[in-house]
Amino acid sequence: MTQPINDIQEEIIEEFSLLEGDLESTVFYIMELGNKLPALDPRYQVDENLVKGCQSKVWLTTRFEGGKVYFMADSNTEVTKGLISLLIRLWNGRTPEEILASDLFFINRIGMSRVIGSQRSNGFASMIKQMRLYALGYQQKAAAN
Amino acid sequence: MTTLTDIKKAPVDVEAIRQRFPALHQQVNGYPLVYLDNAATSQKPQEVIDALRRYYEQDNANIHRGIHTLAERSTANFEETRKAIQQFIHAGEAEEIVFTSGTTGSINLVAQTYGRKYLQEDDEVIISSLEHHSNIVPWQMICEEKGAKLKVIPITESGELNLDAYKKLLTEKTRMVSVAHVSNTLGTINPIKDVIDLAHQAGARVLIDAAQGIVHCRIDVQALDCDFLAFSGHKMYGPTGTGVLYGKRELLEAMPPYQGGGEMIKEVTFAKTTYNELPYKFEAGTPNIGDVVTLKTAVEFINGLDRDAVIAHEEHLVRKTMQGLEQIPGIRLIGTAPHKAGVVSFVSDHIHHFDLGMMLDARGIAIRTGHHCTEPLMSLLNIEGTCRASFAVYNTEQEVDYLLQAVRALVEKKKK
Repeated sequence: MTQPINDIQEEIIEEFSLLEGDLESTVFYIMELGNKLPALDPRYQVDENLVKGCQSKVWLTTRFEGGKVYFMADSNTEVTKGLISLLIRLWNGRTPEEILASDLFFINRIGMSRVIGSQRSNGFASMIKQMRLYALGYQQKAAAN
Repeated sequence: MTTLTDIKKAPVDVEAIRQRFPALHQQVNGYPLVYLDNAATSQKPQEVIDALRRYYEQDNANIHRGIHTLAERSTANFEETRKAIQQFIHAGEAEEIVFTSGTTGSINLVAQTYGRKYLQEDDEVIISSLEHHSNIVPWQMICEEKGAKLKVIPITESGELNLDAYKKLLTEKTRMVSVAHVSNTLGTINPIKDVIDLAHQAGARVLIDAAQGIVHCRIDVQALDCDFLAFSGHKMYGPTGTGVLYGKRELLEAMPPYQGGGEMIKEVTFAKTTYNELPYKFEAGTPNIGDVVTLKTAVEFINGLDRDAVIAHEEHLVRKTMQGLEQIPGIRLIGTAPHKAGVVSFVSDHIHHFDLGMMLDARGIAIRTGHHCTEPLMSLLNIEGTCRASFAVYNTEQEVDYLLQAVRALVEKKKK
């Protein structure tokens, strides 16, 4: 039994609470997380996989196996990459239903709502939307079969 | 005792000016705010905030055609701003000042009226490589519609217009030249007098995008002999949603109206409508009265400063920032023209501009990151974006020092 998405969100919030709301430490911690996410194979860093924000580039590729969605992603900014690593931690290996039903409350609680405030400014907001779209696509494909 | 020489030598009293800007006095993320995003919009002095409040508390009424006292007062105040702007840019007549929503609105107005009437197939419009999207897209739209060509003045390595190339671009087919006075991304002050004179020799009209220049340089439209000048109120300590289009009377007269509606008409029947006189022909509908009225206070604020001293002060901040950033390993300046105003762009070899912007914000420093709505310029420079610090009269040397320290410290910290 995998851990519920909301429990992982609570876990993330607790980890970030050690930084006591200090924005600079938060930013550096997120970048550290980004650096731990394996770089996406350059062959996937192509325009078809590009989720474009105004300020950062995000590459996203997925696969659907055994009714579950798996994500691989990368970004040219470390903050965005760090945030993406958190999304992957939450959503990797989940069913499309779980992904579509989840409410991403951790973003606001770790003080990063600024990053999704403006859809245009950052690839992260577009990334969330794109990940959900993939989940929706797989869900419909599975239903059709 | 203060002597006359001391007064003459006295730099701008930045501390006294800062006191008049309430938004500057706040903590951001636990640090005192250092606001270096003035090229996007400036903060507003207390008197501007008060004037806006006063308008709604005492004078609010729709302007023109009203016979009651409030309407008369409001109309008079609205037209007073027009006169204040006329004097500020030294236009020949108040009727040559048209109020718009901003620089973008002003440029679109010219493209959609003057451009629509006078551009023909194979005609040419010239812009430059360092233009803001607002001075690219309106021209692309009208050129596409008319089958006209858009030509682009290249820039040198330091970010200056290549005037020799410009001369070669000018032909008898050039109808319009539209360039920025000051680059919002590089800070370059363009030699607009030369740009205008050369265009006129070729028989072309010129629009100057003064969105940045209006607050950092003195502008005299008659001395420049520019045909059109566009700028926004909110970058010159005034309210958002205000813009100005200056146009020479004979050009504005010849241009068809832009939008139809109230205010811009003389007489309406279902068969035919005749249009109002300048400048009302271009001000259809109820304008942004409260903000336009308030804009006058912003002009008075600027007029109340020693402008030469302010220009020197801002230039000093730009130079100090550039010199400081150059000393930081891994930081590269973008835009090193000898004549610059208000703006310093830079990139880090190791930190993405977005990440650096987030880190600086964490220390209370507001800068802008990204392509600054100059994507073609970014591609030309082969970068995705920059960090941009931009200055206003209220910025201090200490703030520059703080920015430099923060950039240095963050670059070091990131290395570990």
